[in-house]
Amino acid sequence: MFLITCPYCGEAREEQEFSYAGEALIKRAPLDSSDAEWGDYLFNRNNTKGPTLEQWQHTLGCRKLFMVERNNVTNDILAIKTFESLRSDS
Amino acid sequence: MKRLPPQPCERINRKQRLSFKWHGRWYSGFAGDTLASAMLVNDVTPVARSFKYGRRRGIMAAGVEEPNALVTLESGSHHHTPNVRATDAELYEEMQVQAASGVPSLEHDIRAWLKPLHRFMSAGFYYKTFKAPKNWWPWYEKGLRRFSGFSAAPSEPDAEHYDHQYHHADIAVVGAGPAGMAAALAAAQGGARVILLDERPAPGGEMVSDCATDQQARQWFEATRQALETQANVSILTRTTAYALHDYNLLLALERRQDHLALKARNPQHSRQRSHRIRARQVILATGSHERPLLFANNDLSGIMLASAVRRYLHEYAVLCGDEVVIAGNNDSIYVLASELLNAGVRPVVVDSRDSSLDTAALQQRGAVVRTNHAIIEAVGSSRVTAVRIAEIRQTGNRWDIVSLKETLPCNLVALSGGFSPVVHLDCHTGSRPVFSGEFQAFMPACDRPNRFVAGSVNAHPDWAGCRDDGMHAAASALAALALTPSSPAEKPRRKSLGTGPFLYLSHKPDKVFLDMQNDVKASDIAQAIAENYRSIEHIKRYTALGFGTDQGKTGNVNGIAVASAVTGIPMEQIGTTTFRPMYTPVTMGALAGEETGLLYDPQRFTPMQHSHVQAGAQFEVVGQWMRPWYFPQGDEDLHTAVARECQAARQSLAMMDASTLGKIDIQGPDARELLARVYTNAWAKLAPGKCRYGLMCDENGMIIDDGVTACVSDTHFIMTTTTGGAARVYAHLERWHQTEWPELRVCFTSVTDHWSTTAVVGPKARRLMEKICSDIDFSVEAFPFMDWREGTVLGVPARVMRISFSGELSYEINVQANYGRYIWDQVHEIGQAWNITPYGTESMHVLRAEKGYIIVGQDTDGSITPHDAGMGWAVARNKPYPFIGLRSLSRSDTARADRKQLVGLLTADPDTVLPEGCQLVRHPEDSAMLGHVTSSYHSPTLQRSIAMAVVRNGFALQGETIYARPVSGETLPVLIRDTNFYDAGKEQLDGER
Ligand SMILES: [Zn+2]
Repeated sequence: MFLITCPYCGEAREEQEFSYAGEALIKRAPLDSSDAEWGDYLFNRNNTKGPTLEQWQHTLGCRKLFMVERNNVTNDILAIKTFESLRSDS
Repeated sequence: MKRLPPQPCERINRKQRLSFKWHGRWYSGFAGDTLASAMLVNDVTPVARSFKYGRRRGIMAAGVEEPNALVTLESGSHHHTPNVRATDAELYEEMQVQAASGVPSLEHDIRAWLKPLHRFMSAGFYYKTFKAPKNWWPWYEKGLRRFSGFSAAPSEPDAEHYDHQYHHADIAVVGAGPAGMAAALAAAQGGARVILLDERPAPGGEMVSDCATDQQARQWFEATRQALETQANVSILTRTTAYALHDYNLLLALERRQDHLALKARNPQHSRQRSHRIRARQVILATGSHERPLLFANNDLSGIMLASAVRRYLHEYAVLCGDEVVIAGNNDSIYVLASELLNAGVRPVVVDSRDSSLDTAALQQRGAVVRTNHAIIEAVGSSRVTAVRIAEIRQTGNRWDIVSLKETLPCNLVALSGGFSPVVHLDCHTGSRPVFSGEFQAFMPACDRPNRFVAGSVNAHPDWAGCRDDGMHAAASALAALALTPSSPAEKPRRKSLGTGPFLYLSHKPDKVFLDMQNDVKASDIAQAIAENYRSIEHIKRYTALGFGTDQGKTGNVNGIAVASAVTGIPMEQIGTTTFRPMYTPVTMGALAGEETGLLYDPQRFTPMQHSHVQAGAQFEVVGQWMRPWYFPQGDEDLHTAVARECQAARQSLAMMDASTLGKIDIQGPDARELLARVYTNAWAKLAPGKCRYGLMCDENGMIIDDGVTACVSDTHFIMTTTTGGAARVYAHLERWHQTEWPELRVCFTSVTDHWSTTAVVGPKARRLMEKICSDIDFSVEAFPFMDWREGTVLGVPARVMRISFSGELSYEINVQANYGRYIWDQVHEIGQAWNITPYGTESMHVLRAEKGYIIVGQDTDGSITPHDAGMGWAVARNKPYPFIGLRSLSRSDTARADRKQLVGLLTADPDTVLPEGCQLVRHPEDSAMLGHVTSSYHSPTLQRSIAMAVVRNGFALQGETIYARPVSGETLPVLIRDTNFYDAGKEQLDGER
């Protein structure tokens, strides 16, 4: 029941307005990868304890997806970034 | 026990007498009494029977920590309230009270008759005894249930209602004792918006007792209370318990708005209870502490109470809980009570386990007897305490020994103080662990989360002045965190010491030393759990049920940890505590639900045609949140008869269906076509405007997640339809892929489900009807083939007419702007009377599509079915320029193997047998290994027999063979495997009457 500041709406809102959308920055495996590599991409997640990179969607707001760095032990949010900013950084 | 003459700070109103009924007898008390204080003054005992042994119990505490005195209010009525603590239930006129325990009754409890067996009923007794034989479990359960639990659950609907309220505050202060009051006032004077919560009817906390004897305390209390009331930026919520503190200072609190009023006086317009959701920028926890009892044999007897409770009953309710009193403890607070009892005319014996150097000469001169280095080792009495045995004791290292047995002290009240446990609960709800302090002999709040402060007795301040100063200091810190300036500087006050001695456990008759009164957990149970190799306190807790009751071990847990420490020799700080979870005290289900009950529980969605459906007498079913017509019975038709009639109309003449609930997503942009090609398995490159196409959607794992028809409006504009239940999920799926994986695609999505309404006209005569209601579209087979759509005017309304079919019959779906939906439906129904047009619902829709073998995603698929498994490999285009979602997975070794579960048709040998959906299938009658299960099963009116669809391992290869269905009840039935298209394989019906 933490608060998330949507980088598009610019406001801190209740967690219930948002949906968790999986681990962030998972690189989609190429089509010619082996079954093992493809299976790893499909099914295996880091499941980190502590700071994690996550995708969240502002489902009851602007419906934009963005990246949240959250410590899943304390629920402290360490950073929020748009995917646009990540792409322009790289 | 008796009511004393008026006390200086009493909170009872002697002018207003209240009567209450306890087990059929009327008693009386005063307004301002709790049920417990009124019971004490009327000498009601026992008030409860213990959980396991049926022992007689009395009132032990004066607040929410009470383990014993659970009662049922207004039993059996619409106001039936289970498991109320008498100690914090305010008395009201004509309160109906019954004990929450006693089998069969409070007076005669069979569990007490089993006393000779009690020594066998230690920790793990139930697990070990009622283990074998296995097939007796239901009987054991039935028998044991009679003895378990406390109050019965309500049997009648609740007469009252509940609501929720939301707040934002700069500073929320929990607890309105001296620390909380001082903090709230200082915070408000510093300019913060403050909310102050307290569980009791009025502020003051334990300070009320101090006010009775201390003039300075009384002056400060009165001045602060008045200042708080006049301060505009403070809201005070009394009778309000903060029951959970979540991340980012979300504080949940339960306000009891009417529980203290006589039933007749309750306002039906007002909620009984209100759950507050408070988002506070800073939180100050001034939650106080709970006194601990001492450990000795029979310490659960009625008449043995917490010293602080004796003090509160004396000052707040003018109730003297006994006139022959032994006070025992390990800290200085016991001498304060001794002095106050002397004032009330009682000469107590004080038993101090410490080698106290306190000067007690004055007390002794006034008539008190003081024994240091002494402890109670055993209490005596049957229905209540009549005496205690005390002994001289000595501590060597961590061990306590009895030096010599001394005297037996007759008494009718024993007041205990084993030290104070800070109320750390709220601080722990976000994951913090309390820290043991040897100095205070207590687990202290860690208070290591941001924007949070603790003050007062929870922070080990024992006196009101220290609490006050600590509250002001916490307020100053909270104000600084908000960049506000306190009106007066506050320094961190030094803590006074109560000189609390170490935990004392003598292991004398440990099977009579009670730790958790509510669950009958004894010191011997902890020792036994450890002997059976339970080590973690969390495991010991679960094995013994320590702290499992409605009181959550507020008085017992820390003593339990102390006993575990004494038995194992492991220091308390290493043993640690169990986990504190919400709720701090029990919260009614009603308050959690608030107003979200009945119609407001979950939104219901209706199509624009709803009123016509109701008028037509439709029966409804819930699909997602939609209310959809299920079938339209005529006269006294049942489902079966109505569906037969509806299906026959669709197959032979004309029928209509409301298809408005299908999800509709408007997709626009230069890359709209490309997006479709990526999210659907089939090809989209050549779909021209005016054409529709069926699409199959997979997840990245290659499993079917949705299907539907998409219409091409223009090269940059498409309308996608989704399953009724899948609309929101598909919409999010598109957005996620677009935003995270394919941001380069120039495309926008809009959910337009509610913008359009859809009337499907179905049957061989559909063309006849359409020609009558729309003149600007050519409905001939040649001009308007299957899977095309046309824009035109239907009954004067602009419409998109799609020639698609979910029944195998000629079918047109008329899409109009939603506000015209009911008009079109009603007109079609009226004009269609020429062909006896028949409305049908979801049941006939299911039967019609099953006859054609069309899948329903989520019924015939379950997230483990690929397009190939569903026999829909034709819908997979493997050579698209950009691979669609799921493509790579279709060639994974597991996804590509031939013997997967595959969707097939089933025919029972007996045409009248309709298999239950979910029914298990086996290869041979004697097999136990499951081959698959039935996904759809109906009686087909068209084929005059039963049909079914099923997923069967290697099903395609087994076509033409007989396997066996094994319904949960009944015999094993032979079934023939075949393809899923049961009707009109040649598609002769598709064009209808030309
Ligand atoms: Zn937003």
